[in-house]
Amino acid sequence: MTETITRDVAATEPAKPRTPAGRRRFLSVPHLLLIPAILILLVGMGYPLVWQVITSMQEFGIKQQFGQPADFVGLQNYIDLATDPTMWQVVGRSLAFCFITATMTLVVGLLLAVLMTAVGRTARLTLQISLLLAWAMPVVAAMTVWIWLFDRRRGVVNYLLDMIPGVDMNRFSWLSNPLTFFIVASIIVIWMSVPFVAFSVYAGLTQVSDEVLEAAQLDGANGAKRLRYIIMPMIRPVIMIVLLLQLIWDLRVFTQITMLQDAGSKASEFDLLGTYIYKLGAGSQDFGMASAVSIFVLALTLAISWFYVRALLKEDEQS
Amino acid sequence: MTTSVTIPTGGELGATASAVPVASVRTRTRWSQRVRPRRILLTVLAFAVSLAWVFPVYWMMNSSLLSNRTLQSFIPTFLPFGGSFANYENVLEDGSFFTALGISLSVTLIAVFFCLLFAFLAAVAISRFRFKGRKAFVLAVLIVQMLPAEGLFIAQYKMVSSVGLLNSVIGVSIIYTAAVVPFTVWMLRGFVAGIPADLEEAAMVDGLSRTQAFMRITFPLLAPGLVASGVFAFLQAWNEFTVALVLLPAEQMHTLPLWLRGFIQASATRETDWGQVMAASTLVAVPVIVFFLIVQGRMTSGLVSGAVKG
Repeated sequence: MTETITRDVAATEPAKPRTPAGRRRFLSVPHLLLIPAILILLVGMGYPLVWQVITSMQEFGIKQQFGQPADFVGLQNYIDLATDPTMWQVVGRSLAFCFITATMTLVVGLLLAVLMTAVGRTARLTLQISLLLAWAMPVVAAMTVWIWLFDRRRGVVNYLLDMIPGVDMNRFSWLSNPLTFFIVASIIVIWMSVPFVAFSVYAGLTQVSDEVLEAAQLDGANGAKRLRYIIMPMIRPVIMIVLLLQLIWDLRVFTQITMLQDAGSKASEFDLLGTYIYKLGAGSQDFGMASAVSIFVLALTLAISWFYVRALLKEDEQS
Repeated sequence: MTTSVTIPTGGELGATASAVPVASVRTRTRWSQRVRPRRILLTVLAFAVSLAWVFPVYWMMNSSLLSNRTLQSFIPTFLPFGGSFANYENVLEDGSFFTALGISLSVTLIAVFFCLLFAFLAAVAISRFRFKGRKAFVLAVLIVQMLPAEGLFIAQYKMVSSVGLLNSVIGVSIIYTAAVVPFTVWMLRGFVAGIPADLEEAAMVDGLSRTQAFMRITFPLLAPGLVASGVFAFLQAWNEFTVALVLLPAEQMHTLPLWLRGFIQASATRETDWGQVMAASTLVAVPVIVFFLIVQGRMTSGLVSGAVKG
């Protein structure tokens, strides 16, 4: 950094960022600092995004891979998608998977967080350590283990279920039927995501002031009422954020579904949005349609995450 | 206190746990002690849940130590008695693990280095300066952070292959850097904002220039933040699967997640040697678990900090 710039900063940079002096003039130093980050984002995200928007409005299939110019077709790809029953099945399945899994994760996470506050130190630490270990597992490694656990012939799950009197799960093939396939996927995703929810909600719970709770108790509020009228309202923001993040994350379960398909079946009834795009793009080389579905996924994600982004923006303004 | 460390996470385990919430938990614990039988029941439940949750991790390590013949039995072996490291030796034998490790390390280290550098500069800009376009940049960072890889990987594949960087470390590194920069900027912003500008001003009153004050006062205080953000960036890039799958199709360029997936793919055509698969999984998982445990406290608080402040 040159001497001039340094002096310039010292002269113009306000002590507290929010002071009016800071808005007085156009500063070049912060803009310079942003250049590398902006450049890498433009290259890695911006350009692909723009390409994708354009391609989603083009006829871009195998012929274009071999140099034929891509024709502009306007919204034709989107119309094709909207009238394609397969697309609607995939979208419906993805949304159902996302909502069911996220809700279950939230419920289990909440219960575990409450459980953590209700038990002694040893039990709580044990629970926290096992949750942390599950959380830390890399997705791919977690998938291999779960596929082994659900193995048709020698998996522990079938073995244990088979021991229940009257249940015959011997050689039950979980991954060859779409319903049980997605039940397995959901169990795995819930297992992976509950720790984050449980820890976040537990952190929120420990911040509920004891004085308030005690006062409520003196006023005659029983446990259920304290939970309903005091604890829940106070941890509501945490729950909202956690639920939103779960919804967004459960829409992007490409790794999990791909690996389950590796072990089971690649048929289209086992597709969610991520694998559907992958098959369209990398498989059928239909980049026009793949881009259109991708844009749909991006729009869906942004719609769900808008509230979260707004909450973070508010935090930024307060700092 | 910075905004990103306001929540004491995970009680005693959290890196940022403060004394107050822990004490408050104890008070509440004392209340419930009056109802003894219920408490015992809950404790038993807590241990049962712990066991169930940690079981897959345990099962991975247990199976990795058992011979394939033991695993072939229809009755599972729940303890690794008579186990050996033979599976590990077999997995490491053909050297493919080390190739994948090398690719993973180069991709991740390049991405983490540039990500930290770029994100640090940007974080200083948005937390120490108010300027035209600041809000637009912050908004862009937050939005880009939410974009799923599944919604962009086809376009990224097309872009990278059109410049001939398919199956190259550079291509993936560029995409990873771009993918991780937003979260890192956001995380570092909290750390930089947490160091009072007054400290720098005091140093400037004592005769240091603005840059000197920043480098000598703020930067050392920022070191823990840089380490934590670096570990996050590392974990994200290290575990990444989707982008690597499309950008590194050649087998000799596979990163560790792709290498591990290869075992499951192979299971479609022939009998799986689960002992080897679990040994491979353990090799991939253990370093990640260790790193993760170091920084997890900040992870929770960084993601939900908006909820508490808002």
